[in-house]
Amino acid sequence: MTMGSRSVKTVNYILVTLVSLAMIYPVLWMISSSLKNGPEVFSTASSLIPHNPQWQNYAEGWKGFAGISFSTFFKNSLIVVIISTIGSVVSSTLIAYGFARIRFVGRKFWFVCMMLTMMLPPEIVMIPQYIMFNKMGFLNTFLPLILPTFFGTPFFVFLIMQFIRSIPKDLEEAAMIDGCTRFTAFVRVLVPMIVPAMVTCAIFSFYWRWEEFMGPLIYLQDPKKYTVALAIKMFSDPDAVSNWGAMFAMSVASLIPVLVVFFFFQRYVVEGITTGGLKG
Amino acid sequence: MLATKTDTIAAPAPRVRSRRKNNNLAGYLFILPFVIGFIGLTLFPTAASLYLSFTDYNMLGSPHWVGVDNFRQMFTSDDKYWQSVRVTVQYVVTAVPVRLVCALLIAMLLDRITRGAGFFRTVLYVPSLIGGSVAVSVMWKQLFSDKGAINALLTAVGLHPLPWLGDPHLALWTLVLLAGWQFGSPMLIFLAGLKNIPRELYEAASVDGANGWQKFVRVTIPMLTPVILFNVVMQVIQAFLAFTPAYIISNGHGDPLDGTLLYVLYLFRNAFEFFKMGYASAMAWVLLAFIALCTALIFRSSSYWVHYESESE
Repeated sequence: MTMGSRSVKTVNYILVTLVSLAMIYPVLWMISSSLKNGPEVFSTASSLIPHNPQWQNYAEGWKGFAGISFSTFFKNSLIVVIISTIGSVVSSTLIAYGFARIRFVGRKFWFVCMMLTMMLPPEIVMIPQYIMFNKMGFLNTFLPLILPTFFGTPFFVFLIMQFIRSIPKDLEEAAMIDGCTRFTAFVRVLVPMIVPAMVTCAIFSFYWRWEEFMGPLIYLQDPKKYTVALAIKMFSDPDAVSNWGAMFAMSVASLIPVLVVFFFFQRYVVEGITTGGLKG
Repeated sequence: MLATKTDTIAAPAPRVRSRRKNNNLAGYLFILPFVIGFIGLTLFPTAASLYLSFTDYNMLGSPHWVGVDNFRQMFTSDDKYWQSVRVTVQYVVTAVPVRLVCALLIAMLLDRITRGAGFFRTVLYVPSLIGGSVAVSVMWKQLFSDKGAINALLTAVGLHPLPWLGDPHLALWTLVLLAGWQFGSPMLIFLAGLKNIPRELYEAASVDGANGWQKFVRVTIPMLTPVILFNVVMQVIQAFLAFTPAYIISNGHGDPLDGTLLYVLYLFRNAFEFFKMGYASAMAWVLLAFIALCTALIFRSSSYWVHYESESE
């Protein structure tokens, strides 16, 4: 019996290793291509080991295009991502507290409105929002990308609400009896306890905003305003690419922030997906 | 709990009334961001979108009422529209099963592993983590290009290279494969579901002489059906709304020969390339109706195949 279960175990490990290798292959291919010189990318396409690692591809790629370097694109992305993440986590926490802890007239109605918002495909509101932001003169600014996050993100509201419900009310009530206002009780007593949920939301917000493509594509026209996602698209334009190695180098660079955040906060990501049904 | 009960009994007391008013004020202050956002960024745009879908509007001048013309044109005379519907349906009915089958099989494999499970889970989640990004779509396109790594591998094992991006059907398959590769989120959800299946069920099945396949069909699958339902609904909705990979891989046009012209891509082109805002809005409403219909059908069918533990007891 031990022999049998051990061999089954070995087979499982061999299988999972093979599957993992196959799945990670494209990523390794991208990294190896980023270290190959231009023609080598396709002449030795199936080989993962670059002949002569071309680290200068990264420096070359960083120069960007049209005289704008990737420093600008990364700075733009960071501005958009950081502000909109703060906006959506703070507003979602407030909203979640309101829904989870306070019984007010119309609570159910607004909650249903939020569920409906979540089910509405963004394509429905995309066009009127574009027209609206256009009329307000927000085209070619970061405002259409940042502003909507300050009104709460339904997925995050749900996640934080679930978390708040698992915490007994007693502590806040005690604080309020001791003379705290509701708001100070919320900030001083509850918020420190729901930090894990807020971190999960912040991480997902970071991913979604960092990868967001359609918004920047619609709203940003001046290459100086491009986010990294949009810049990679322009950089990879078949007519414009002269150095494939540099193009892959910048693709890899654009993924580094996402990977770094993941490796540090993995636990929160797994929790967010399995408990909140957030898409990764 | 006790306090709220006495509140309702002693309703007329003035102090309680003022506390209720207080609650109303506090409640609305906390959810104020949502109320403003809902009215300004959801309700008003939704109404505007519905109105625009009955108009002809190109951003210059004002919308011009055309009744149901947009819908009539869509259904009767726009061949590209039907092409985009065909491509999207093909995409949804292939990409969703491919992704979910990968997710389930790999979750089962991970479930059997003890040491190093965390490491493999991380590695297998990486494709999904970075999958939505432009960089990955760009990489995928080069991977499947004529001289890319996939064709090089095919040649290496003695097969013919394929024109992945030149043939309309194969081009759609590259998108399906890209979706299948990103099985991470449903995999994690399946994995959590598998951990929740009581071990006793498997032991009981073993005692009854069930083999591995029978245990899979009679225990694992029925116990997972609620999770499968959740994953199917989420993935179908996501697949209908796919945009970035199709945009990148098809140069923003649905190339070749509209073979990758997914619905949202065609909607996007109508709105922001041809500035047919009315027509694009009408398309968005038909998409919403279609997604709602599919979701409703899946839920309706669920009473036949989803197994809830509480029912059986």
